[in-house]
Formats: sequence, structure tokens, C-alpha cells
Amino acid sequence: MTTQSMAGSPPRQTILVHSLMVRIAHWTNAVAMVIMIGSGWRIWNSDPIFDYYFPIWATLGGDPAASQDLHNELGLASALQWHFAGMWLLVINGLVYFIYGVLSGHFRRTMFPVGPRAFLSDLVAALRFRLPHHPGVYNAVQKVLYLGVLAVGVVMVLSGLAIWKPGQFQELAWIFGGFDTARLIHFLGMAAIVLFLIVHISLVIMVPKTLPTMITGRASVHGDETGR
Amino acid sequence: MAIDLKAARDVLRESGTARLVERRGFLKGGLSLGALTLLTGCDVTHTDQVQSVLNRMSQWNDRVQAALFNPHRLMPTYSEAEAVKDFRFNAYYGESQVPKIDGDRYRLILSGLVDNRKPWSLPDLYALPQTSQITRHVCVEGWSMIGKWTGVPFRTFLERIGADLSAKYVGFECADGYYSSIDMASALHPQTLLTFKISDEILGPKYGYPLKLRIPTKLGFKNPKWITALYVTNRFPGGFWEDRGYNWFAGV
Repeated sequence: MTTQSMAGSPPRQTILVHSLMVRIAHWTNAVAMVIMIGSGWRIWNSDPIFDYYFPIWATLGGDPAASQDLHNELGLASALQWHFAGMWLLVINGLVYFIYGVLSGHFRRTMFPVGPRAFLSDLVAALRFRLPHHPGVYNAVQKVLYLGVLAVGVVMVLSGLAIWKPGQFQELAWIFGGFDTARLIHFLGMAAIVLFLIVHISLVIMVPKTLPTMITGRASVHGDETGR
Repeated sequence: MAIDLKAARDVLRESGTARLVERRGFLKGGLSLGALTLLTGCDVTHTDQVQSVLNRMSQWNDRVQAALFNPHRLMPTYSEAEAVKDFRFNAYYGESQVPKIDGDRYRLILSGLVDNRKPWSLPDLYALPQTSQITRHVCVEGWSMIGKWTGVPFRTFLERIGADLSAKYVGFECADGYYSSIDMASALHPQTLLTFKISDEILGPKYGYPLKLRIPTKLGFKNPKWITALYVTNRFPGGFWEDRGYNWFAGV
């Protein structure tokens, strides 16, 4: 008999919550997000659709003063280089993740089933801070958010391709309502991803033990917490 | 670092103080500091290594775009009603500093892998077969504008001067010190025009009088204005913005 069971609770054990592939894809994507959002904001600043400029410290793409001095431009060239280098990291990592997710059953196991009823009841519980966290099991709100941000990611890549090549990929640009609408969708998709990141990182701050789990893959649980 | 972006952009537009300092591949300060520490936690002295990776990625993207380029794929065309009459002025300096070219004395200089290097006068150029197009000019900054341009198909002109059509590049030099270059496949695209007119009128001084390349398969900065010389070559010629970090192929 262990001390824990003598205290009345089942023995603690560690379980594998996130596979190595998921962890690699997650952190690679985190780097890609910083590159794409940071450089995207700088590119936005060169010709904003709305009269809003992102603060330079939050953007990626060279020291604007140096760029202006040397090239008579405010760091757009370097931001574009980051964006069109980062897109390879984003897309290759995304493809590996999607193929892995489908073939390994990761999506089927962790994201489904998910229905509106479960989503609503979990959402209400979450907003009352009464939704317990079970390592390795996504609640319905998490499932919807993760599936949603993955869908937005697909829209971002496709709308990005439509903006990059409105000529060679003109059918794609047409699907997005033309060049200008594709730009707007690309911007709104960024806004959705940033909103997701705010919620995502806030939840990690509220449940800090999830952070080491995304690095080591393992979580410490009570014996009765592993059930799905 | 505290720069009022909007004000700075206005100054850029008006000042016209382009400093032709450096050639290809020098983007000092390839990172903003905050992003640098966030990204890698590495020292600022590694900036040159980061920049060299970015340059190589840009060259890789040149190759990818050349492979994506379909020489028969036409860019979308638009109706007369969609064409902007008062087209936006765009250069690396202010509108007051555009070159004023005397049409009577103007000659287009040819060099490189060209059989007949006789300079072309404007009447000779205007005598070439002309066509019009209404296409979208897409700027690297993100804005775009539909316009109507009229001129000789560039392929026709290249054939007329006996250019080596198997060469890799066509380069351009302009009266304002601007220069650029394109790949031969894009030069031979049916919508690539050596233009004399915009909105059915002879190009005004701010639109590149007397000669502008209209190439709708590429971003706006690959459409040089005030062209005074062109050459055919197998040596990579670069370009004004390309040497400052813009992607060279810049296909649309």
C-alpha cells in the first residue's frame, strides 16, 4: 500500500498525452505563427485596408529607420522575405500534421465526436470556471476551438495563395471573391487566429501544468482520471 | 524605433531621397529587436546569417515561381468601365521629380544578345503593330488598380530586333536611375507589352513617357517606366528594388 492510497486517493501515474509528432508540429507551428503574424503585420502597414497601423515593435522585418536610410522603404522588403520563407515552414509542417492526424487517428480520437449540445453545456461550464481539466481529453469547447483554428489555418493558406498569385491561381482568387476580398479574408483570418491565441495562452496561464505536458508529452494523473 | 509610420510614409513619398547605396543582398537590421529575442533568443550579430537564409529562400521562391509560371495562361482582363482613368502615380521618389524626356531627341538604346542594335526613335516605335489591354496592376505593397495600356507586344518587338529568345533575361534601364529585369519566358508572354499609352492617351510624364513595360504577370515594380535602354543577357541583372530585398521573379 502506498501513502497515496492510504490517504484515500488512487495512485498517481504519468500518461502520454501528446505524441512526439503532435509536440513537434505544435512548436514548429508556434514559430511559424510568430513569423507569419509578425511579418504580416509589417506588410499590412505598407498598405493598410483600414486606417490602422500595427506598432513596429510587434512586427517582424528589419529596423525601419535603417531600411529607410538604406533603401527608402520602411522594412517591407525584409518583412516580405520573412513571410515567403515562413510560408514554407507553415505549409510543410501543416501538411505533415494533417497527414499524421488522419492516418494515426489523432483527429478521430481527440477531436470527435463533437456536437452543439456538448459544446453549449461545456461552454456554460467553462464560463463559470466549472469545467474540469482532464489531461489527454479535450472538452467540447476545446474540440470546437481546435477544429475551428485548423479550418482558419486552411483558409489562411488558400487566401494567401490567392493574394500571392491572383494570376496563376486566378480560379482560387475568384473563389475568394477577387484579389481585394481575398486580402480582407486573409486579414480577418489573422484576426481570428490572434483571438484564438489570446484564449489559448490565457487558458495555459490558468492551467499552467498543461505547458510542460506540451513539451514532455506526459501528464501526471490520478488513476481515475485517465478514462475517456 | 518610435516612428509614426503614417507620417514616415508620407515623408518617403514626398522626399524622393533614394540613396543608391548598396547592391543586392544588403538588408541591414533584418529583424526588429523584439521579434529577434522572441524568435531565437540569439544575438543581433547573427542578423547577417539570418539575412543570408532569407536571401536563399527568396532565390528558392524565384525557382518555384518560374516553375509555376504558365506561358500560355492569360491574366484576367476587365471592361473599359472597370479601368481607372486617373491612375495612381508610383515611384521611389515624389511626383515633382519625374524625368522630363524630350520625345524628339528620345532614342531607345539596345544592347546585349540582339542582332540589330540600331537605336529606336519614337516614330519608329509608334509604327509597330499595337494592341490594348485592361488588366490589374498589383503592387507589392498590397494595393492594386485596373488600368488600360496600349503598345506593341514585347514578343513582337524582341523578334523585330533579332533578340536571342533563348537567352535568360531581359534588362531595362530608365531615365530616373531605376532598373529592373525579367525572365525570358515572362518577356515572351502574350500580355507583355512595350506601352506608349495609358487610358488611351500618350503616357504622361508621371506615367513613364515615352516608354513603359506593362507586364501583368508580375508585380508593379517589374513594370519599369521612362525606359531608355534594354538589353538581352544570360547574366543575372537584378533590379532597383530586387537589389534591396524584393523578390526577383515577383510573379502574380
